[in-house]
Amino acid sequence: MDKWEDNKAWFLVVPVFLIVAFSAIIPLMTVVNYSIQDILAPGKGVFVGVEWFREILSDSRLHGALIRQIIYTFSILAIEIPLGIMIALLMPARGFSSSISLVIVAIPLLIPWNVVGTIFQIFGRGDIGLGGAFLHKIGIDYNYASDSVDAWLTVLTMDVWHWTPLVVLLCFAGLRAIPDAYYQAAKIDGASKWAVFRFIQLPKLKGVLIIAVLLRFMDSFMIYTEPFVLSGGGPGNATTFLSQYLAQLAIGQFDLGPAAAFSLIYFLIILLFCFIFYTFMQNAEKENG
Amino acid sequence: MRTKKQSFLLILYFILLMLPIYWLINMSLKTNIEINGSLTLFPDNFTFANYIKIFTDASWYTGYLNSIKYVVINTLISLSVALPAAYAFSRYKFLGDKHLFFWLLTNRMSPPAVFLLPFFQLYQTVGLFDTHVGVALAHCLFNVPLSVWILEGFMSGIPKEIDETAFIDGYSFPKFFISIFIPLIRAGIGVTAFFCFMFSWVELLLARTLTTVNAKPISAIMTRTVSASGMDWGLLAAAGVLTIIPGIIVIWFVRNHMAKGFALGRV
Amino acid sequence: MTRIALDQIAHSYLPKPDGKDDYALKKIDTIWDDGAAYALLGPSGCGKTTLLNIISGLLTPSEGKVLYDGVDVTNLPPEKRNIAQVFQFPVLYDTMTVFDNLAFPLRNRGIEKKEVDKRVYEVAELLELTPFLKKKAKGLGADSKQKISLGRGLVRKDVAAILFDEPLTVIDPHLKWLLRRKLKEIHEQTGITFIYVTHDQVEAMTFADKVVVMYEGEIVQVGTPRELFENPEHTFVGYFIGSPGMNFLDCRLDGKYAVYGDTKIPLSEKTIEMAKNINGPLQLGIRPMYIEFDLDGKEGSIPVEVSKIEDLGHCRIVTADLSGNELKIRIPEGVNIQTGTQKIFFPPEWTKLYSDGKLINKGAI
Repeated sequence: MDKWEDNKAWFLVVPVFLIVAFSAIIPLMTVVNYSIQDILAPGKGVFVGVEWFREILSDSRLHGALIRQIIYTFSILAIEIPLGIMIALLMPARGFSSSISLVIVAIPLLIPWNVVGTIFQIFGRGDIGLGGAFLHKIGIDYNYASDSVDAWLTVLTMDVWHWTPLVVLLCFAGLRAIPDAYYQAAKIDGASKWAVFRFIQLPKLKGVLIIAVLLRFMDSFMIYTEPFVLSGGGPGNATTFLSQYLAQLAIGQFDLGPAAAFSLIYFLIILLFCFIFYTFMQNAEKENG
Repeated sequence: MRTKKQSFLLILYFILLMLPIYWLINMSLKTNIEINGSLTLFPDNFTFANYIKIFTDASWYTGYLNSIKYVVINTLISLSVALPAAYAFSRYKFLGDKHLFFWLLTNRMSPPAVFLLPFFQLYQTVGLFDTHVGVALAHCLFNVPLSVWILEGFMSGIPKEIDETAFIDGYSFPKFFISIFIPLIRAGIGVTAFFCFMFSWVELLLARTLTTVNAKPISAIMTRTVSASGMDWGLLAAAGVLTIIPGIIVIWFVRNHMAKGFALGRV
Repeated sequence: MTRIALDQIAHSYLPKPDGKDDYALKKIDTIWDDGAAYALLGPSGCGKTTLLNIISGLLTPSEGKVLYDGVDVTNLPPEKRNIAQVFQFPVLYDTMTVFDNLAFPLRNRGIEKKEVDKRVYEVAELLELTPFLKKKAKGLGADSKQKISLGRGLVRKDVAAILFDEPLTVIDPHLKWLLRRKLKEIHEQTGITFIYVTHDQVEAMTFADKVVVMYEGEIVQVGTPRELFENPEHTFVGYFIGSPGMNFLDCRLDGKYAVYGDTKIPLSEKTIEMAKNINGPLQLGIRPMYIEFDLDGKEGSIPVEVSKIEDLGHCRIVTADLSGNELKIRIPEGVNIQTGTQKIFFPPEWTKLYSDGKLINKGAI
């Protein structure tokens, strides 16, 4: 579709620009400001240049958090994407059972994130939680509050429980967009179920899968609330990811300068992925259009 | 072509999905003595006491009202500013349109933790701290870009000829927009409202940082009360259950459009 | 090579059909000869695609049997029936090359590589796809895509019939006739039965040896294009085929004449014989090109009011009023007609009589 060329369209965009700018640009400026100063007292700062950036880039605790973050993000992608595709393939296509399935799948997405944490906090406890008690019963010594592997696995399980539905819904929508003729042609060509998946469903899901991967990538990169509620980033720092560490720096220790420098680096990483995502989207739309 | 095996696997997944929620509901209907005493699959002493406490104690139920207030305000603000902007993006080419669009999207992807402290200071300075509007405005940071994005997708599906015909027929822009265009993208608006509601409802970090008493969301009250009164698991579970219910109601209304919103891939 | 027979086929999409109207196909009983090119013609929603899907096995009919060479295949899935189908919109495996697309049905059936290569090259040559074999199928034009869809049927040696479901819908108009001619050519070279669904009479008439006309879930006539034109066995065939369609007049029989209002139209003796025992209302039908203008006052000529004469280039169409009923008359070049009152004549050999939509004077000339 050719668009009209008219700079007056800016008038329609101004409200959005103002509202978002208020919450995005001013805080961002504050962060930039902090990142190059040493704040001694409110309103009193000394210019320190790139000092904080140097400090934060060589901070071994940050490195630890980054490595944990990357391992975590790739683990949840490796589980949620295939699982999401599989569940979407199992979903009934139409009728009442389809509606019900959609609603059930969507429920975890609408639970406040800290409540998700609370649910698993309760569920995983050995004394009062069904999941924890079950694991004890079958002889597994499980305690997310004291064992770092258990805590990490619990956060992982929680993420899979919480976010696989997003992948399912995206794939479900993608699958519904495939015309019946494709399945009919495949039947006539004698294609096996696997071939139908490999050569029809998977290629047609490419678009939604790119979105699913990138959304899950970015959102898991920002994960904060759920591990915070579950175990406060512990035990030790087993579930301290980038956002937790940032919050510890800024709020816990009130190291504003390093926290701000960290924020900017963090933000740039996310921005980079956002740019890749945006380019992907544009290309995908061009191909479809 | 659905086989028994498929249905079985799907139901198995649903059971696993519902198991933690079932446990939450189960606990919310028990007394603390029963919770701490033994592991029972159904409450022995069935009690609504936890719920009654939440509905009668102002420090609890105002939390719900606060959450609902700022979520509704946020949805209204997001929709009303995003509608004209999405129209501009879907119909016009203008100076810097692509850059602006990209910049908007980056805000959907910026980690809230980055902004916590500056937000706190900014909102305190301008007097929006601990107000419903303040939280709603903060949530606009990610909900407005999202709304623009989803609505733009729906609007691009409507042929431009409709606009042209209306303008030739002598409609003014506001009249055309309200009486013709908005009814055409009803489904899109519904889907957008759903996502605004969802993301504002589930967010805690900003909402908690920007409030102390007057606009404190229920999810923040939950964490605070629990640590203060020891471990009142039953009450905590009941509060959790009550935060899930609005979501279920909203999904039910948009269930048929939801797939389409996702199909646009704009979440 | 296979002869396909449909034995008392009826189909309803409802689990418990109640009454005739619930059936998409009412009662189909026909035989498709081996090696012929059939067109299945009818308006949208008449059950063409349903019938096609029953033949291919994508649908199992509610009632009746499908026989391939006398063998009951009603409950066999499509992949066991040796049938190929080309759909309205090109169906391709996007991620594969053209070669892999063509080889796909053979590989699925475990045919060895040498044979696969040989067959694919043969078919690509036949369809003029050889230059594209190494390319991804996704980027090709709609016409090439449809050729690939067809090719996936042709590569299979044992294919009993190829079914086409309005395959030219998405093809550019100027490529349509090229592709249609190509289909015809391929049919002649391979001798495979083609069944071609369309709602376009020109497409049907130019493509097929035999046209099967469907109307509201029933087959109303099977015949060569010429038979359909000259001897429509159902008022729908008369109306649907030919442009403009057949003229119809509600009438009754009176002695040697069909009477419409005050107008008496002479009939042949055989027709009168055949119509005598029919009770109920009759319809008289005649093609626009068979109505003659009577310039010298023959016996039995009828006065009409000519209101309009349209020149279509290759012929002219006259619109005339006969006691409130509009008639279309096609006149050859060299005949001059003015508007106003004129006399026309219905040649008895081309005057058809229908009762309840069905032709009653079949073969009466």
